[in-house]
Amino acid sequence: MIKNHQNLKPENLHRDPTWRHRVSISLLIILTIYPLLTATQFKPWALFDYQSAQATWQFLASFVPPKTSLEFLVELAKAAWLTIAIATCGMFMSLLLAIPLALIITNHFSISSLGKSRMAYFPFWVRQFLRWVLVILRSIPELVFALLIVRIVGLGPTAGVLAIMLAYTGMLAKVYAEILESSDRHCSNTLLKNGVSRLHTFLYSALPQCGPELVSYTIYRWECAIRSASVMGMVGAGGLGQYLDGSIKMMAGGAMSTGNEVSTILLVFVLLVACADYVSSWLRKSLE
Amino acid sequence: MNRFSLEELEQKHSKIKPSIVWFGVGVILLIILSFITLKLEIAALISSENWKAVADFLAGFAHPTFNTKFWSKIMHASFETLAMSIIGTLIAAIFGLAMALTATSNSSKLCYTCVRLILNALRSIPELVWAAILLVALGLGPFPGTVALALHTTGVLGRLLTESIENLPAEPSRSLRLIGASKNAILLYATLPLLLPQLTSYSLYRWENNIRAAAVLGVVGAGGLGQMLYFHLSLFQTSQACSVIIAMIILVALVDTMSHKIRQYLT
Repeated sequence: MIKNHQNLKPENLHRDPTWRHRVSISLLIILTIYPLLTATQFKPWALFDYQSAQATWQFLASFVPPKTSLEFLVELAKAAWLTIAIATCGMFMSLLLAIPLALIITNHFSISSLGKSRMAYFPFWVRQFLRWVLVILRSIPELVFALLIVRIVGLGPTAGVLAIMLAYTGMLAKVYAEILESSDRHCSNTLLKNGVSRLHTFLYSALPQCGPELVSYTIYRWECAIRSASVMGMVGAGGLGQYLDGSIKMMAGGAMSTGNEVSTILLVFVLLVACADYVSSWLRKSLE
Repeated sequence: MNRFSLEELEQKHSKIKPSIVWFGVGVILLIILSFITLKLEIAALISSENWKAVADFLAGFAHPTFNTKFWSKIMHASFETLAMSIIGTLIAAIFGLAMALTATSNSSKLCYTCVRLILNALRSIPELVWAAILLVALGLGPFPGTVALALHTTGVLGRLLTESIENLPAEPSRSLRLIGASKNAILLYATLPLLLPQLTSYSLYRWENNIRAAAVLGVVGAGGLGQMLYFHLSLFQTSQACSVIIAMIILVALVDTMSHKIRQYLT
């Protein structure tokens, strides 16, 4: 590295050997970030000039204390239960679709590929087609489903249930198929070769091996469904989110007393998600 | 090898754990109760008079717009969404790291608990809710969306980084302390270099999450592709809406591959 002895002078000894690299990387980062900052209209200092600082302070102050009248709390509890119900119904309906789909696309249950490396053309393309359908379902954000379905069936929990059903079918079917394919293939091959039907093969070879994993993943997804159901309410799909949306809009409209309503709803929101998190991890642990 | 008699085997297999029975009963009860409370209007959806309107609505999705003027608008919105996700993640990485360091550096238990509490609060409120609240204070546009992403992600990254700092090997910082290095020197030469790989990989992972969130944040008015989607859906212009959804999918796929490439390059 060190070619001539001038570099060994004491003032050069502690110089960072990669400083050129560091400086050019930093410059590059600054150059790329600048247009991004302008695109997001990033002006945090606007918050802190005198006038807006006052507005911000008032905004923050309107959140305390949270509204705690009994009627309001009962209403919120109802909304929270509605959110849980939306998530549960959505999960149930997506299971009705996802389980058959997962069974169809799993390669382990293919009879035509027994003993050969390749599947026959028709079953191969059926599987491939269904996989693509699932990819499309997965790549559309669930909130977009909710937006679309609200426009079809109107405001309310039905839209939330249908949106969760569609979005979660794509996810569940794919992961179920992956879990099933991680099971020992030898077992299902033996059954299939002896003329056992595919459904029985699933019930007696793959399901006993992967049962706990499947159940634990389903519980985890139920927890996620509660989270998405509460968010979907923001676009009108019922439950706690819809409540929150209404309160925030009233706050934006200048109704000062609604700020504390928002903070109560937020607390219930956090509580609901934390409870779902706790119940789900407890269930998954006790199933192990 | 253990050999069981036939009776033993039968007994072993016929025994169902009571906990599993309770679990099953609970799940079925929950499902039935949910369906009773919701009173879904699936029947109304299938009824014949509704069909035509639904079919009209969905027909637009079969013909996405490929008008160049419209697509240049989409490109603009996509860039806005991308910028929101990147800036949001960067801010969150900085603040998350700062909070994780304050939580772990100070020896007082109180400070640790306080920071953890703040991080949990930030994390448990979804981006969309943050955005809806911030819009009231900051007005429409991409800025509140960016801040919303940053707030939620700070919670997530802060928690992850706190855990990784706690799990760092203790030897490098201990040996620096033994030769009399200052606290800042230990931070700069032991903690941060060890933490850097985890910081980048967590940030990239959150970036992949945030691009998905940023794409839909606009539906509450926070700019980007989501706002376009909401606008066109409100006017029932479904073919434009379909183009926006296509752009969303492409953008998400693009960010996924970019993040994957960066990860490959770094490791």
